[in-house]
Amino acid sequence: MERSCLYEVWSGFARFGRALLYSVVLFAVVLINCRPASALPAFARKYGMPCSSCHEAWPKLSPFGQQFKDNGYQMGNDRDAPIFQQAAYWPVTFRITPIWHRENTAKAMVDGATAGTSTEASVTTHGFDLSGLDFHTGGTLANNVSFYVLPSSDQFAKFHFESVWARLDNIGGSSWFNIKMGKFELDNLLSEKRILTLTGISGVYTNYHFQPPGEGYTFGIGDNQLGLEWMGHSKDDRTRVSAALLSASEGTPGLPTSRGYDAYFAASRAFEVGSLGLQRVGGFAAIGQAPTYFQYTNGGPGTGIAGTGIGNKGFQRYGLIGMWYIKKFDITTIYFHSHDDVFLGTNTAANAGTAGLPAGAHAPSWNGGLFESHYNFNPQLILINRYELVRMSQQPLPVVAGTPFTPGVSVPSSSFGNTDVLTFGFRYYPFISSRAGFAYHGEYAIMRQRGLAPVTFTDQTSSSLLFGFDFDF
Amino acid sequence: MLNFKKLCLNVAVTLILPAAAMAQGGDQPAAKPSKHMESHIGNLTGHSEAGAQLYYRYCWGCHGARGNGDGENAPYLNILPRNFVAGTFKCRSTPTGTLPLDSDLYNNITRGFNFSNMPSWAALTAQNRADLVAFIKTFSARWVTEKPGDPIQIPAEPKLTVESIKHGGELFQKLECWKCHGQEGRGDGPSASTLTDSNDQPIRPYNFTTDNRSKCGRTNAELYRIFMTGLDGTPMPSFADVVKPEDAWTLCTTCALCR
Repeated sequence: MERSCLYEVWSGFARFGRALLYSVVLFAVVLINCRPASALPAFARKYGMPCSSCHEAWPKLSPFGQQFKDNGYQMGNDRDAPIFQQAAYWPVTFRITPIWHRENTAKAMVDGATAGTSTEASVTTHGFDLSGLDFHTGGTLANNVSFYVLPSSDQFAKFHFESVWARLDNIGGSSWFNIKMGKFELDNLLSEKRILTLTGISGVYTNYHFQPPGEGYTFGIGDNQLGLEWMGHSKDDRTRVSAALLSASEGTPGLPTSRGYDAYFAASRAFEVGSLGLQRVGGFAAIGQAPTYFQYTNGGPGTGIAGTGIGNKGFQRYGLIGMWYIKKFDITTIYFHSHDDVFLGTNTAANAGTAGLPAGAHAPSWNGGLFESHYNFNPQLILINRYELVRMSQQPLPVVAGTPFTPGVSVPSSSFGNTDVLTFGFRYYPFISSRAGFAYHGEYAIMRQRGLAPVTFTDQTSSSLLFGFDFDF
Repeated sequence: MLNFKKLCLNVAVTLILPAAAMAQGGDQPAAKPSKHMESHIGNLTGHSEAGAQLYYRYCWGCHGARGNGDGENAPYLNILPRNFVAGTFKCRSTPTGTLPLDSDLYNNITRGFNFSNMPSWAALTAQNRADLVAFIKTFSARWVTEKPGDPIQIPAEPKLTVESIKHGGELFQKLECWKCHGQEGRGDGPSASTLTDSNDQPIRPYNFTTDNRSKCGRTNAELYRIFMTGLDGTPMPSFADVVKPEDAWTLCTTCALCR
């Protein structure tokens, strides 16, 4: 009996062991049976190349893909112009991502114990969901005339134009002279539109959008902007420079804010380090202005008349970036420094003069860091890790410890608004072809924001877990 | 008994005869490609193991997982991708019929090929390209059994004179270049529409009047090299044995004038 019992236990372990072994073998078979994996299938179809040629892991570009993009979506081998395409070629790609995700906010505002009061509680939701739908269409209208149009919807199919531009490439036969006009992504080496993470927390780069709590204007380096861009690059794309003049409208069409303009500059240089790979260092700067008040039909307050924003005040974003490769491992490091005018920082109309500023107001400034690493096992599997931090170095409002955040009056601490975001994820591409892209996507992200709990003004923590099928065709 | 005799006959046919043939120095077992190859380009040493990963990222879609040019996209390309198993290469610095130098393959990857889907891979690091060269060499047994040929010598380009241009025109006629390339060098000679490559695919003769570089480079020296080495796998032969270097230069510089 005892022996039989032991046998049962042993055989139970054996069954578990076998199941584990089969699982490992199955997983190994899946991994080994990797056909080399393949982002815009429209481009891949045109050129007959796997997506992995232009993407280290789509949508992240490889150096070859970056060169193709910088060259106006052209290979430079006489196969670029539409005249070489088949009549049936349709340069359109759809991308959408069905997902399951779990969202948690540790301190959400909920009803208090008595009527009319609020308190904080952990709120969690989860379920199956959809991302928005992107219609990517781009390519060349003629030799050295490229274009990109991206109508993009939210998950409720409400569309907007994410990108619309045309570009004159290689003007005068020089790769140093390319002019683009329309709505486009700024020349960010670490492209937010090609981000490998999808959750609400880490689907964007925090540093690209951070502004101190309470500011009224919006500017994000990661947001597509309306404007004109000059871009130049060496033939091998090792050196890249660009300058853009942008409408100060945060990419919103219809001139909704002011007649102001922003500017963006970027430059980088890549160099080879033996067998380690291509290393790249660069810098960028965004210098802009935003209106502090509007003209109104009846003297205000209310909604300002579109385009009449005046009392412009300035803001700056600077950064240094390094993209470091050690064979299959790579890490991108970015240092950010940002500065806003005191009127923007305190959300004060400039026509009020300095007398209108809150007592003790300062021009806010902050620093940030980003560390994003990848391990590219092969073209089909990539592991992703990212840590971002933002640290306020100067609060716009005076610090009054122990008091809640009061817009236009005070902040509770010098670290108010400081943010940390940590993300882990993977993407596995079970097949790669030049016809379609498909990825199993898994990701976990957690964010802590200092002093942003809505009632107690303690630290706020949010997390997001996501699994999905990311595909395009 | 009959069955026993049949068995003996089969044994003789399947075992003894091949052994006898081999003993007489008949067909040797075919050499197999090596899985481990190196390339040497200047100070760079490429390794096939590193190149394999790069190949499966960048190249397999056209050239195929087995390197025989049957990639997923091959059926849609009007110039078929190179079949590395055959070990035959168009753009070389070595005589016709011989293997190219590692540097030839490296330059081909770096430059890409005009009039085909093969782009320039200059965006890759030099080490990456050297690794790819090493990996490409793992597909064909030729890299095991043969050595690359000695590169042809390219003498200094002579000065162009009225006489040399006239002589170049005469050579163009005498060597019957016009049959494929046309009397005006536009690639529209009487044979042009009938030409096929070694894959039986239609192939166009080069049009000297376009400003585009030729398949294997842009300079006159590269044109000379094509003329003397030929483009293996295409109807363009090598003229190294039938034309003197100075005449070859005269013809090439005259043709280059058409641009």
